[in-house]
Amino acid sequence: MSMFGQVFVKNNQYKLKGDFHHMTPNMPIRNADDEWKLLGVTNPRAMTYMHSYGGEAVFFESLSQGKLMASRCDNSDCNITGTIYMPFRIHCPDCLAKNSVFDLTDIAKKSATIHTFMECQRSGAFNLLDKPIKFINIEFDGVATILMSYLVVGTPKFGMKVVPIFKTTGPTYTILDLAWVEEGTKEEQLPEGFSF
Amino acid sequence: MITFSKQQLKIPKLQRPVYLVTAGQSKFDRAFPDKRTEELCIDSFTMAAQLLEISPAELKTYIHSCYYGHFADHFGDQLLGESVIHDRLGLDPLGNIGVKTGGATGGSTIWEGMKAVASGYSDCVLVMGWERMDEVPTDEGNFLISCAADKDWESPLGHIYTGYYAVMAQRYWQIFGKSEDSFRRTLAEISVKHHGYARFNPYAQAPMDITVDDVLNSPVVAYPLRALDCCLMSVGAACTILCDEDTAVKLTKNSKNKPLRLWTSAGTHTLRPADRMDMDIPLLPNETADQYKDLGERFPGGDRYPGFTGFLAARVAAHYAYGMAGITDPTEDLDVVELHDAFTISDVQTYEDIGIRPYGEGRTYVESGDCYHTNPNTGQPGKLPSNISGGLIGCMHSVGATGIMQTFEIASHIWNRWEEFHGDENIWNKFNRQKPKDWTNLQVVGAKRGMAISHAGVGSHVTSTILMDPDHLINKDA
Repeated sequence: MSMFGQVFVKNNQYKLKGDFHHMTPNMPIRNADDEWKLLGVTNPRAMTYMHSYGGEAVFFESLSQGKLMASRCDNSDCNITGTIYMPFRIHCPDCLAKNSVFDLTDIAKKSATIHTFMECQRSGAFNLLDKPIKFINIEFDGVATILMSYLVVGTPKFGMKVVPIFKTTGPTYTILDLAWVEEGTKEEQLPEGFSF
Repeated sequence: MITFSKQQLKIPKLQRPVYLVTAGQSKFDRAFPDKRTEELCIDSFTMAAQLLEISPAELKTYIHSCYYGHFADHFGDQLLGESVIHDRLGLDPLGNIGVKTGGATGGSTIWEGMKAVASGYSDCVLVMGWERMDEVPTDEGNFLISCAADKDWESPLGHIYTGYYAVMAQRYWQIFGKSEDSFRRTLAEISVKHHGYARFNPYAQAPMDITVDDVLNSPVVAYPLRALDCCLMSVGAACTILCDEDTAVKLTKNSKNKPLRLWTSAGTHTLRPADRMDMDIPLLPNETADQYKDLGERFPGGDRYPGFTGFLAARVAAHYAYGMAGITDPTEDLDVVELHDAFTISDVQTYEDIGIRPYGEGRTYVESGDCYHTNPNTGQPGKLPSNISGGLIGCMHSVGATGIMQTFEIASHIWNRWEEFHGDENIWNKFNRQKPKDWTNLQVVGAKRGMAISHAGVGSHVTSTILMDPDHLINKDA
């Protein structure tokens, strides 16, 4: 019996358990228009990557705890000191000093508005979101950048107020743990596992 | 507010002139089940030699170093693919290097080759690009393309790159297009034009005789973008040969190809549009700060630059390239352009970024008829025809080859050989494609100067390649 690959870190080393790849045989590709002559071969492969969030780990961990963490340059010698970044940046792009972690949750709840949006009818392989996907790009008071995310309740339009919701039950520890709903949405309208 | 230093914006100066002497390309298609990539690369190299009236073996004796553009290793499941192609072309032990800058890979590869010649490292270089996008099903292909977005912050959102452009399209349409149906129809017109021009190009993958309504009724991919607003997923190869003046004269002595002066520049911006902070619009030589003072009044919401409506990387690439080549007004100084029409919306955005039209007025380049080979409003030649090849929407987007294909197209107009390269029945027959009965010669008559724009991601890398007949330089000291 197989089990999904799982990983933890001990003594700064990855420790692996379970199946990280699945063996499937190569199959010939033949030409139906030319006496089924050989043209090529399939190369099946399923692999599991181990990806470090590094200094952004705090952002992804916080989503599962219902918090939206931004970062801010507090280097007084920097040309753009005080700039707040969402998406979270580990280092200031100007002075390269390490940014301070900054809890943006309350600001997001009060000031998030849609800068632009679209509805996506198609997806690539391995997509986990229901279609159509409502992409939104969100502005916040005092934040220099514009976050890309997705809306799960409401019809998007420019300037619409939205509030963040978090997948605090059964989190994926990915950006999909953060979603948005139209201001005024009730708790019972939220997708399974999400809360304000 | 982001600012740039004088040193950062300094116009590059080449140490000696660089010439493009020939180019070649393979057939482009969605899939080649019967050909390996090396066969397509050899097709393109052989064509480049033929245009010089010499054998591939003789052409190789001139080459000193090689620059290979191949973006997506994961599509072809082959690392060091450059080494495979280099070997199959019989070019060992010459130095070679791979270049990867997403959709701009072709242009960036020319940029690298140009620098090798300009610096004196090599007198003659091969610049070749290819892409193999047919080794996975289309939905997995979309997944692999989406890996060019930020893997933690963007790609998981649908794994579909069109979506990342559609938010730009929505913003542009509502701010600068004022949500007008007429603007949406103008976008559709671009697709009609590019699929239509592809009908006269035997190398092109998607020739179509369609209408604006066909585009507007095509399936929605990511609203407002529909299937016919989007570029192709392609397989194919293209190459060019760059050299110094002495080598250029030798290589072209028996050829109809005239050595063409070449300048390539590059600009970049953040991978995530989310990270693009507000700044003043950097101005091109044909613009003034005054003309943008009321941009936010004319187009409410349009005063955040570059926001989701402009590509700083394209503007910066144009700044460097125009400075190098002496261009002060692209519409007046150039005769033909090939732009990176990954999507109809990005085509319009680019008109503004490179100064063909001011910000907010990109649509008028199409609506005036200036972008056509023959202006449909007047019946006269278009002021600055664009994407006669069919572009990425009608011809191909075999990523590593795209910027080189565009440059080949520009050269074919300046050489006055477009009809020969696109109208020859033998080429149509070789590719098993039917030459249309109404095939039309789209040679831009009298073309002396042109430009190709190569663009990556949602504007992360952009290059500008300018070609000029050396007898028609704008700046003789360039």
